[in-house]
Amino acid sequence: MSAHAHSEDGHSADGHDFAHPMSVQTLLAVFFALTVLTVITVAQASFDFGAFEVATVMFIATIKAVLVMAFFMHMLADKPFNAIIFIGSFVFVGLFVIFTLGDSMMTSHSFEPRVVELAPAVAEPTITTVDGAP
Amino acid sequence: MSTIEASPEVGHDEHGHDHDHPPFLAHHFDTPEQQFDSGKLGIWLFLVTEVLFFSGMFCAYAIFRALRPEVFEGCSQFLNTKLGAINTGVLLFSSLTMAWAVRCSQLEQHKGLVGTLAATLSCAMIFLGVKAIEYSHKFGMGLLPAGLFFYDPSNPHPTDHPPYLLYICAPFALALVGVLIWLVVSAASGNKFQFAVAKPLSVVCLCFFVGVGLGTVLESGEDSADHVDVHADPNGLATASVMLEAEKSAEAEAAPAIAASGAMVPVEESVLEILATDPTNVGVVSGLNALEQQTAAAGTSTVTGDGEILGAVTTTEVDVMTPTTAGVFFSIYYCMTGIHAIHILAGIGVLVWLLVRAVRKDFNRQYFGPVDYVGLYWHLVDLIWIYLFPLLYLIR
Repeated sequence: MSAHAHSEDGHSADGHDFAHPMSVQTLLAVFFALTVLTVITVAQASFDFGAFEVATVMFIATIKAVLVMAFFMHMLADKPFNAIIFIGSFVFVGLFVIFTLGDSMMTSHSFEPRVVELAPAVAEPTITTVDGAP
Repeated sequence: MSTIEASPEVGHDEHGHDHDHPPFLAHHFDTPEQQFDSGKLGIWLFLVTEVLFFSGMFCAYAIFRALRPEVFEGCSQFLNTKLGAINTGVLLFSSLTMAWAVRCSQLEQHKGLVGTLAATLSCAMIFLGVKAIEYSHKFGMGLLPAGLFFYDPSNPHPTDHPPYLLYICAPFALALVGVLIWLVVSAASGNKFQFAVAKPLSVVCLCFFVGVGLGTVLESGEDSADHVDVHADPNGLATASVMLEAEKSAEAEAAPAIAASGAMVPVEESVLEILATDPTNVGVVSGLNALEQQTAAAGTSTVTGDGEILGAVTTTEVDVMTPTTAGVFFSIYYCMTGIHAIHILAGIGVLVWLLVRAVRKDFNRQYFGPVDYVGLYWHLVDLIWIYLFPLLYLIR
């Protein structure tokens, strides 16, 4: 390939070619792995893992996400700083979800009234309809 | 310096004055690599904001699922796993072609770049086509966000709804017609560049209808099985409606008897559920009144009985498919998949821009940044779907 020939010639001392084309084999292998993992995810849904279901599903999804990030998004060949920034965002997502979820677990009863407590509010308009239509 | 020169005639002298730079290198950058790295940092930061943006919706999902796991379990049965899986595969394949497009742009394979970009675009259109089938099917069934939700288990497929599929397809049909006209005009006028752009774009627009066809085939295949499933399932939603009817008449006829037999609280709840769904039912109101009088007369000590399972089960079943609870699930579903679909549309927009530039042969081994950046965005959209698919479609 002419591009390769060009990058490997005598200019490399001054500036190097910064393009790192990924080999077709790698791309196809990653795609194959992702497809297999998708099939596994769909297949596991027909089995009952009970409480582990969400964990299983999230684990498989995370493997797929790592594959996409490492290869399709060139994170392995990229500057580490970019990877730190991107993966750092998930730390904040984790904080956000954990704190909000914890908060809702502790206080949800105060903002989610039981259906029983709604009794007067639901029943009253209906009763007036009955009284109003003799 | 290995920077590509502006033109071969300029000569190969070193990076002298400001104007001796290739057209793709902006003035404020010293080298193409610096330009590329700056852009890349920018797009990664943008992706961070995207992750945080979507995390809000994932957080809402987590909260509601933690509060009402049975609602998610029940409502997820209405999502077609086949369509979701096909869409996952289509999106993964588009990610492959996108990564391949980046490779082509780095190796200056211009034809390959146009081809892979067109393949990515086509996959995006197939995805949207399948999504159009999913959405229109659910709109018709009344499986809508809270507030609009009107699904009725006894009449799951009302026929008097507007032609939603037609509405969704109309803009894409217009785009297809427009691109085809453009194709013919550019071919007739001999504009080779426009013809080279319009050719892949017409295939791309056609692919939306390929997706619609694919969705229709899979949806109709799944349809009968899906509903047989629901009827056969003892915990299914159709069963719930039947039991609801039975409960309703029982309440109206002999509310005191049921109250005396125990399970006071669940029965009361189901009465209120009925009131919420059917405010005109006078018999139920009298049932409720009788129930309240019974409670007042008997006090709290006589409420417990020999555990009437019927009442308790009915209450949970009914809870799942009320407009408020199921509506919340579909609110989350439409919000998450809808915003994801908007991201696909935005991706289609930038990919078309890339396609035009690829036909113009704008990209080379030192200027492939735009392809790489759009690729990163596209992979992020794929990444989000990787999580959305199991979380929404695969709840058992």
